Amino acid sequence: MTQNKNSVDGGTLFFRDRDWHPPALTPGYKTSTTRAPFRPLIAMPSTLSEETGPAFGHSMFGELDNNLILNFTGQPAVGERIILHGRILDENGRGVPGVLVEIWQANAGGRYRHKKDGYLAPLDPNFGGCGRTLSRPDGSYEFLTIRPGAYPWPNRVNDWRPMHIHISVFGSGFGQRLITQNYFEGDPLIARCPIVNTIGKEEAIRALVAPLDMNRALPMDCLAYKFDVVLRGRRQSFFENKREGM
Amino acid sequence: MQRLDYLKETPSQTAGPYVHIGLTPNKLGNAGIYPADLGESPIRPGAKGERVTISGEVRDGAGMILRDTLIETWQADAAGIYPANDPRGAADPEVTGWARIIADFDTGEWTLRTIRPGRVPFPDGRLMAPHIALWIVARGINLGLQTRIYFEDEDNDSCPVLQRIEHRERVRTLIARKTAPGAYRFDVRLQGENETVFFDM
Ligand SMILES: [Fe+3]
Repeated sequence: MTQNKNSVDGGTLFFRDRDWHPPALTPGYKTSTTRAPFRPLIAMPSTLSEETGPAFGHSMFGELDNNLILNFTGQPAVGERIILHGRILDENGRGVPGVLVEIWQANAGGRYRHKKDGYLAPLDPNFGGCGRTLSRPDGSYEFLTIRPGAYPWPNRVNDWRPMHIHISVFGSGFGQRLITQNYFEGDPLIARCPIVNTIGKEEAIRALVAPLDMNRALPMDCLAYKFDVVLRGRRQSFFENKREGM
Repeated sequence: MQRLDYLKETPSQTAGPYVHIGLTPNKLGNAGIYPADLGESPIRPGAKGERVTISGEVRDGAGMILRDTLIETWQADAAGIYPANDPRGAADPEVTGWARIIADFDTGEWTLRTIRPGRVPFPDGRLMAPHIALWIVARGINLGLQTRIYFEDEDNDSCPVLQRIEHRERVRTLIARKTAPGAYRFDVRLQGENETVFFDM
């Protein structure tokens, strides 16, 4: 952690569009039924507690942190090699630099390296399943990984997760904190997934599907998928609701 | 008419049951990728301020304790300055302000060891009571939940955020109970009776 500022500026956070995000209670995803708050959220403009947030420095990153193919044992993981890249932006369309991006995923067979995952597919001895990086000055980020397999999960009797990578992103304010998942263009399981379908709007689901990006693919090496992440914006007006003289 | 060219925030998806693989791999037992998990402590040994330990658990609407939850915390230093991105200046260099804690895999109990934060101004200049911001994710939570820990032995009645809570009996769900000198209890109830206040801010 460093003390430097990584934000473009301060300012009140844009209100979240709660109709765009999945609601808390989504019965198709069974676990949400006991974990969704019933009472309305207490809504108010952001304060310094949401407008400030932790900053991370380059010094904490190892050379292979964003290379999931090699970062577990140094020997390559099995699977379809891909570059996952994109930009961290805010709702104003500006790149957000210097923010921590962390990912985790199943291996090529759809198995997680987690004590609670007992799926039939074997663990890959050379795949740990996580990576992290810091967004560059223009907000861009990049991982080298393998495309994760689809996997079944206990929900309805035959539910399968589409191929996906979990992504955790910080902004410059703690109120921008976001975890999401990226899906892959063309996967027929996307439309059938109860977790995808916690999102009500078709257009919002499309925002989670990464297109194949042949311009970033490396010939005879790996394919590439592009996934941009948009964080809450900040109001840029000088006319803030601050008390006179503040 | 011209077009507003704002982007839409990326929709959230649940952190799922395997969030530890990505965010606390060492605590899960997947050592060897990172030398240490991030957010081990919000303070370093020389941090100014009163040491406090806050423990708790997160329960669902059926009263079950969550053993798969991950919580991040963000707080000011003892003087009420945030350690990064605070326009008012530099904070105590021994305070990082941010921690990432997980429920114990067997008991569901979590513990935060930190310092008591100072007061931070609300946008209108009034001071908010000392608090720690929480962000809670887990399987079954579609969008991370925002809440706050306040302290029983502070003047919470004057806090402009707490004053906004119309159902006054719900305010106590945000107030950590003092159990011993420097020790507090903060249990979260996701749903139902005594449901914790969650914010949209
Ligand atoms: Fe998953």
